[in-house]
Amino acid sequence: MSGVLASMIDGVLVGAVYGLAAMGLSLIWGVMDVINLTHGAMIALGMFAMYLLYTLHAGTAYLLLLPVMGVGLLLGIMVYWMSVHRVVGRPMLMSLLSTFAVNMMVIGIGTAIWSTSPYNVNYSVQGLTLGAYTFTGNHIAAALAALLIALALQWFLYRTRTGKAIRAVADNREAAELMGISSTAILTIAFAIGIALAMTSGALVSTLFPFTILSGATYQLKSFVVTILAGLGKPFGALIAGVLLGLLEGVVTPFIAVSWIPLIEFGLFVVALVAFPQGIFGKRAAA
Amino acid sequence: MSALLEVSGVSKRFGGLLAVSDVTFNLDEGEILGLIGPNGAGKTTLFNIVNGVYKPDGGTIRFQGRNITGISPDKVVHRGMARTHQIVKPLNDLTLLDNVTVGACFGREYLDLKGARAVALEVLQQVGLGKRAHMLARSLTIAGKKRLEVARALAAKPKLLLLDEVLAGLNPSEVGQMIDLVRKIRDGGVSVFMIEHLMQAIMSLSDRIVVLNLGRKLAEGPPDEVVHNSDVVEAYLGFPDIVDKLTRTAQA
Amino acid sequence: MILRRPFFWIILAIAALFIYLPLHGNNVSLREDLILVAIAIILASNLNLMIGYTGYVNFGHIVFYGLGGYVGLYLATVRGLNLVAAALIAGVVVSLCAFLFGLAILRLRGAYFALATIGILQAVQSFVSNFDPWGRSTGMYLSFESYQSLGGAMHALWVTYYLIIGVMALSMILSLAVKNSKFGLGLFAIREDEDAAVVLGVNATVYKSIVYSVSAFLPAVAGTFMFYKNGMIDPSIAFEYMLSLEGIVMLMLGGQGAVMGAALGAGLYEKLRSYLLTSPKLSDFHLVIAGGLLLLVVLFAPGGLMGWFYRLLPRAREVVE
Repeated sequence: MSGVLASMIDGVLVGAVYGLAAMGLSLIWGVMDVINLTHGAMIALGMFAMYLLYTLHAGTAYLLLLPVMGVGLLLGIMVYWMSVHRVVGRPMLMSLLSTFAVNMMVIGIGTAIWSTSPYNVNYSVQGLTLGAYTFTGNHIAAALAALLIALALQWFLYRTRTGKAIRAVADNREAAELMGISSTAILTIAFAIGIALAMTSGALVSTLFPFTILSGATYQLKSFVVTILAGLGKPFGALIAGVLLGLLEGVVTPFIAVSWIPLIEFGLFVVALVAFPQGIFGKRAAA
Repeated sequence: MSALLEVSGVSKRFGGLLAVSDVTFNLDEGEILGLIGPNGAGKTTLFNIVNGVYKPDGGTIRFQGRNITGISPDKVVHRGMARTHQIVKPLNDLTLLDNVTVGACFGREYLDLKGARAVALEVLQQVGLGKRAHMLARSLTIAGKKRLEVARALAAKPKLLLLDEVLAGLNPSEVGQMIDLVRKIRDGGVSVFMIEHLMQAIMSLSDRIVVLNLGRKLAEGPPDEVVHNSDVVEAYLGFPDIVDKLTRTAQA
Repeated sequence: MILRRPFFWIILAIAALFIYLPLHGNNVSLREDLILVAIAIILASNLNLMIGYTGYVNFGHIVFYGLGGYVGLYLATVRGLNLVAAALIAGVVVSLCAFLFGLAILRLRGAYFALATIGILQAVQSFVSNFDPWGRSTGMYLSFESYQSLGGAMHALWVTYYLIIGVMALSMILSLAVKNSKFGLGLFAIREDEDAAVVLGVNATVYKSIVYSVSAFLPAVAGTFMFYKNGMIDPSIAFEYMLSLEGIVMLMLGGQGAVMGAALGAGLYEKLRSYLLTSPKLSDFHLVIAGGLLLLVVLFAPGGLMGWFYRLLPRAREVVE
């Protein structure tokens, strides 16, 4: 029994990172009705970004999150102009395909550079021992980082002018434009933030588990499940749904082989889509 | 002899909003029944309930004597009731001919492709789009698209045609043409149930009018009666004496 | 009726060409080249029924091919059935599976449906990897004796080739037939505006179900033939996610919705792919180039090659469908 409890708590911690990963997807989806299929690739890039930065400067890995976020913002702007700008407002299929195309390109380049070998970020933070349980320091720190970032995002969206503009565009783009908000600028910023969040979550994951260029795909799947459960565009909804997913994994992993987890998660995904058309917490845009 | 369409006690709720509340009226064969009311009165919702897009929370719909409450829209068309949409829904990347052929193929007569194409060409001629049969639907103006909607619905050979604001967005001469078309349709044996905001049009076309306000039926009767009904006037214009004032100013 | 369409005869001519070219001169390497093109055409054409005709993007289409391979191979080897019978039964079984999957996911629209199809693919792959009778993650292997029923391994390679060309022709003919049928018109209506289609009398639920199941049949049959010819099957090669996605690239490239588009896109892309994979410098960039191509098509030429061709020669629409 104690094994399951420890697993569950660990699941909650890792789940916070899942939530962070989903926030980027959810934000972009909510603001511009685009399903960003580069999401997984960006998470993977975040993992490698942390790896590279850490090799250059082995210090507190968590400080390196800031440059990773910066790179994410720049990349996001690039990807937006390359593949999303022209297809916003066109049928969903087009943006699915265009972002998917960029995904293929990024994975292709990534595989060429790093092949599919596993990589690792050798950084550890002191763990926490409470009685019989030991909690990995990295997991705790990652969960805290995710929480902090979620709080920052929430503050940004609700307390700053740009953030409010983003929410306005998400609500009704035409009306926002009539109010003088440049929707192109806002969409670019929102997309850039979404990518930055994805990369940051990847950077955090790199401190938790070994990874390859293909690891992003697993987290993309989890992000989809979390986003569907939580509804679109609500950072805290995503965080909570992520924690729930992590909790579920924590409960299940002691009993089932790891290879079944994606199957279970996708089952959950389909069930959630069919049973909760509005998401559990918020709105889901019509596909 | 029962009416063509019998709507009894129909209600529909969306979350906290009671969009349609206990609405009852009949539509007789061969008549043009108008449906008017301020914006948000529940007119399109009522249409959606009648043709099966929404299931009502209460009440029944009987068409040609048979209960059709809650059956899906595709089955409603097969029974002989077709509709147009307030915001037109052309099948953009198909030709006008293909658009209307869909109506003929899947309508009341459920024709095969060849037969349906023939009917479609005929109907396109009737609405005046015959020469553009091979153009893509997306290339039409709004007036053309409205006529296409009507053509598609007619191709299904319905007994009852539901027209949802078919005059909206048309200029005066286009309005005139559409009014003539609606009359022709009724003269051809198809009963018409139409939502409209254009008062002159609905007054001249309708045999009877149903007035909806805030989801409830406010009045029902011949146009003259309804338009002088003080509740109706208040709902639309806000002042009970305005009709008198207007008629007096007009006479002066 | 379909015999009147000129394109029907073009399809037969293409198939005849595919058979004649390698046969004349016993050109085995050409045959191996063309068989890959044929498989690509089969996958793209059947995928076209969902994407091009109905507007439902199936990201996990390859699952029918892989599952068909497994069922067919199992029936042909372990159960000792005649190859063609095994393939046909596999086709029916997989279509039935598609019908069941469809019950769950066809109610979803647009992007949600697309994502759910990936789920189906991964779920099936997961299941098969753990399924004992089919060799779990090792898969199944064919011994040389299995080919005796077809007159030996060499001869079997030719026989399976002809069978696959046959399936290719059938796939294109199926696309053509549907396109010119009342059923096809209903699908187009669904693609353009599903809600409007229902109001016009199209039973969208049933139609989607039918086309999804039908789009599974021929790929499953082809899967049986192909994996039989290759002599082995395992979960990673049967359910290769990349192949599914390449199917979509092929369709977009050639022009979704057109029968010729599927074939053209499949043929061209397959050539590009084999060139990239064998070129020492470029093989790493296979994904990058494919992705770049897809991006260009989506951004600047969403109608694909056939879209451009039809704009050039509008009359051609009637002949080259």
